[in-house]
Amino acid sequence: MAPVPLFPALLRLADDRLVLGHRTSEWCGHAPILEEDIALANIALDQIGQANHLLTYAATVEKAGRDEDALAYLRDAIEYRNALICELPNGDFGVTIVRQFLYGVYSVLQWDALSKSKDDTLAGIAAKSLKEARYHVRHAGEWVIRLGDGTAESHRRAQDAVNALWPYTGELFMQLADEAELVAAGITADVSLMEPAWQAQVAGVLTRATLTVPETAWMQRGGREGRHTEHLGHLLAEMQIVARSHPGAKW
Amino acid sequence: MVAVAYDRERVFAWLEEVKDPEVPVLSVVELGVVRDAVVDADGAVTVTVTPTYSGCPAMRTIEESIHDTLLAKGVLRVTVQTVFTPAWTTDWIPETARTKLEAYGIAPPGQAQTSDELVPLLRAGAGPRCPFCKSSRTALRSEFGSTACKALWVCAECTQPFEEFKAI
Repeated sequence: MAPVPLFPALLRLADDRLVLGHRTSEWCGHAPILEEDIALANIALDQIGQANHLLTYAATVEKAGRDEDALAYLRDAIEYRNALICELPNGDFGVTIVRQFLYGVYSVLQWDALSKSKDDTLAGIAAKSLKEARYHVRHAGEWVIRLGDGTAESHRRAQDAVNALWPYTGELFMQLADEAELVAAGITADVSLMEPAWQAQVAGVLTRATLTVPETAWMQRGGREGRHTEHLGHLLAEMQIVARSHPGAKW
Repeated sequence: MVAVAYDRERVFAWLEEVKDPEVPVLSVVELGVVRDAVVDADGAVTVTVTPTYSGCPAMRTIEESIHDTLLAKGVLRVTVQTVFTPAWTTDWIPETARTKLEAYGIAPPGQAQTSDELVPLLRAGAGPRCPFCKSSRTALRSEFGSTACKALWVCAECTQPFEEFKAI
């Protein structure tokens, strides 16, 4: 019997949160106001915490002697399975917030579906993460409205961010063939089915923020298959350097 | 065979001494982090915990304190295991602990999950009353406070900034 591909499915879930969480953490000490610095650092902690739980579980499923730290710190970019939208640079505060929002709505829908998983561990991680993701998306959504319906400058920047990130949203709903068995067994959820709900939620907020929903255009893809932008390598270099320079170090 | 000198109830009483390092007025039992404790025939204790927030940096410290506290009480072997189900909620914090929180200057959490919306856009429900002057004229300053579990408010009546234990 071929192995059930839960490991790659868990990696996709974990890598999104780990890479986006690392990006979010880059704002620590740089956010425009103190409250946002604290907010973004808190959100980053939750995202990385979710990734930690998922990678710990992935390591048990893989049974290859790797633990969560090995999976986070000792894989190269080509082995990462995050969607490209998670690894793009933070840009200005508008890009950061718009990405948190676009990804955040997706994350809520995904956790909600996975909280009903027939796999108890995954369902447990999802139910817990769902609560946090709802909280995070509320923060981002309120900011999208504030920026879009704010000054001419904040509106322009928010719209630029939406336009720039939009081509990276299609990949989130790309259902991979290796997961068909898991979806059929009720263990993971078909992400392609989440797109209409995502579109409706996102369009509602963008409209309220006086922002224009872009026309559906060419969608970028590659991250889920290990083909990344140049940005991921730089991110991993920073994230992994301590663990790779001092193998097995404890503190 | 030597009879074990402690039972589940005793272990829970000992765990009342383990405080949340970030909210030292609450024990890990009151916080709802400790879900169970099993004492086996040899006296080994297995404590089951559930994390508050996925990214709570205090979880490891909490696990270590549980471990060390029980060893200090004479337990020979302590195992701390983590479960995710059911997901931690502030609704588990009992009324007595809520009173302690407010006296300590932290507004206790309201009811969790007041919004039916899957993707809530605005904070639902009324804000907390000021733990200092008890006024309900309070305004949210930030959804995120000094720790993952708290939000930052300010009282319009006494102008005192205060933290709220977020309902989740």
